[in-house]
Amino acid sequence: MAGAYDNVKIARKVSRPTALDYINHIFEGFVEMHGDRQFRDDKAIVGGVAWLVDRPVTVIGIQKGKSMEENIERNFGSPHPEGYRKALRLMKQAEKFGRPIINLINTSGAYCGVGAEERGQGEAIARNLLEMAELKVPSISVVIGEGGSGGALALAVTDRVWMLENSVYAILSPEGFASILWKDAGRAKEAADVMKLTANDLLEMGIIEKVIKEAKGGAQNDFGFTANLLKSKLVTELDILCDKPVDKLLEERYARFRKFGEFTE
Amino acid sequence: MAGFKLPDMETLRSRVKDIKLEMPHRKEKEKHDVSVPAGGIKCPSCENVFEKKELGKLKICPKCARYFRLNSRERIRLTVDEGSFEEFDSTLQAKNPLNFPEYEEKIAKMQEKTNLKDAVITGVCKIGGEKTVIGVMDSGFMMASMGSVVGEKLTRAFEYATKNKLPIIIFACSGGARMQEGIVSLMQMAKVSAAAAKHSQAGLLYITVLTDPTTGGVTASFAMLGDIIISEPKALIGFAGRRVIEGTIKQKLPDEFQTAEFQLEHGFVDLIVTREEMPIKLRDILRLHSGRKDGAE
Ligand SMILES: [Zn+2]
Repeated sequence: MAGAYDNVKIARKVSRPTALDYINHIFEGFVEMHGDRQFRDDKAIVGGVAWLVDRPVTVIGIQKGKSMEENIERNFGSPHPEGYRKALRLMKQAEKFGRPIINLINTSGAYCGVGAEERGQGEAIARNLLEMAELKVPSISVVIGEGGSGGALALAVTDRVWMLENSVYAILSPEGFASILWKDAGRAKEAADVMKLTANDLLEMGIIEKVIKEAKGGAQNDFGFTANLLKSKLVTELDILCDKPVDKLLEERYARFRKFGEFTE
Repeated sequence: MAGFKLPDMETLRSRVKDIKLEMPHRKEKEKHDVSVPAGGIKCPSCENVFEKKELGKLKICPKCARYFRLNSRERIRLTVDEGSFEEFDSTLQAKNPLNFPEYEEKIAKMQEKTNLKDAVITGVCKIGGEKTVIGVMDSGFMMASMGSVVGEKLTRAFEYATKNKLPIIIFACSGGARMQEGIVSLMQMAKVSAAAAKHSQAGLLYITVLTDPTTGGVTASFAMLGDIIISEPKALIGFAGRRVIEGTIKQKLPDEFQTAEFQLEHGFVDLIVTREEMPIKLRDILRLHSGRKDGAE
C-alpha cells in the first residue's frame, strides 16, 4: 500500500507544475503586479489580474523555481513578509474592484531567516489571516504542491480550500514533525502517515472541500488534464460564490473556520 | 484598587538599575545543578541560588532582575482587581484528532502536574475598575502550544467580548503549534484571527501582552494582532525558532535577536512594560479607551 510519504515526494518533485504553469494555462491576459509598496518585490509570490473565461479575477500564487537558478530567485517558494504583504495588497485591490480571488499555494513554509524576522514574518502572516477573514469578495485557494504550515495558511483563509490529489497540507514537514515529537527526523515516513496531510485525509476531516484529480504518478504526467479540470471547477464554483450576498459569504466563511477543533466540554 | 500594592517594588527598582541584564531564555537548558538545595532555585542568568520565596510574587531574581516565568494563575492574581475574575469554559479539554500515540496520556499527565485543563485560562475581570475580558496562556502546560482547546477558549473569549462590547487582553506565550493535533492546530490560527477580526470590526480594544516566549503560530496569529502590543522586558518574541534560523544561515545569532527590545526597535511592539508596572499601565490604557478618566466607580 502506498503511504502518505509518497504524496509528499510527488508534491515536492521539481517537475511538478508550478503556480505560473496553472496561471498561464487556466487564465487569459494575466497582468502581473509587483511589490508590497513598503520594502521590495518578493519573487516567491506572483500575483496579478487575469480573465477566468469572461470574469476578471485576482490570481496569486506561491512560486517555486524549475531550475536552481530560478529557485534562488524564487527563494525555493518560501516567501518573506513582503511576499505576504504583496499578496494582501493584491487581495485588497481585488476587494476594491469587486474581483474574486484565487490563490495557488505551493510552499514548504514561510522563510525562516534574519531579514524575515526583522521585518515581522509573524505579523505579516497574522495580518493576512485577519484581513482575509473579512474580505468582501469570494475567494478560493488551491494547494497545488506543498501546503506548509502558517506560510500556506496565510493565503488559505478563503471561502473554499481545495487540494490537488497529490498535494499535502500540514502543520510542519514530516521531517520536522518527527524530529520535534520523536527526536528523529529519520521517522518522516511514519510521521507522514500519522499527520493526515494528504488531500483525501483532509477532505475526510472536513479541512478542505474538494480534491482535484491528477494523472497517475502526478500532475506532471498529464498537466492539461489537471489544469483543465481545475479550470472547470473554478468556473463553476465562482458562479455559485459570486451569487451570494456579501453578508452571507462572510458569515459562511466565519463558520467554515469556526468549526475546527476537537474538545470536550 | 486592591491588588496593586506590590511588595518590594522600590527595592527591586534600585537593584535593577545597576545590574546588567542577561537574556532570560538563553541559558535555560544548559545547567542542571545538583547542588541546589530542596526548595531552592538557581537563577539561570546570574547563577546565584535563592530560596523560591526570595523571588517574591513577581518572580524576579533579586540579584540580576531576571524575569522567571509566571504561571497563568499567578499572572491573573498579579493583574486583576482582587475577587473580580470569573473564569470561562473551565472544563474544556482536548481530544485526539489525529489519534496521535500517547497524546491523551500526555494531556492527563500535564493536567495533573499543573492543575489546568489546557494551556490557557480565559474569563472576565476588572483591572483598576475597568471591566475587560482576559486570556492568559500558561507555558507550564506543554509550552503553551496551541491546540483545539486554546483556540476554542480564545475564540469564545473574543466572541463574548464582541457580544458584550468589552475590551480583551491576552497575555501570550507559546512554543507554537500543538504538533500532536496536526492540521487542526494550524486551523486554530485562522479561527482565533477571524474572531479577533470581528471584535476589531466592532470598534473594540484588543491588547496583547507578549511574555517569554511568544513564538511560532501564536506569533503568526493573534499575538501580533493587538491594537496595542505590549511586551515584558527581554521576552523572546519571534516566528521561527532561533536554531532553525541558525541552521538556515549557518551562523550564530546575536543574543538580542528576537527579544522584546529587538521587536520594539523593528516596529512590532508598542511598548515594553515591567512586571511591577503592568496592572497600572493596563488600567491607564483601558481608561483611555473607555473615556473614564477617573475610573469606573
Ligand atoms: Zn539572577
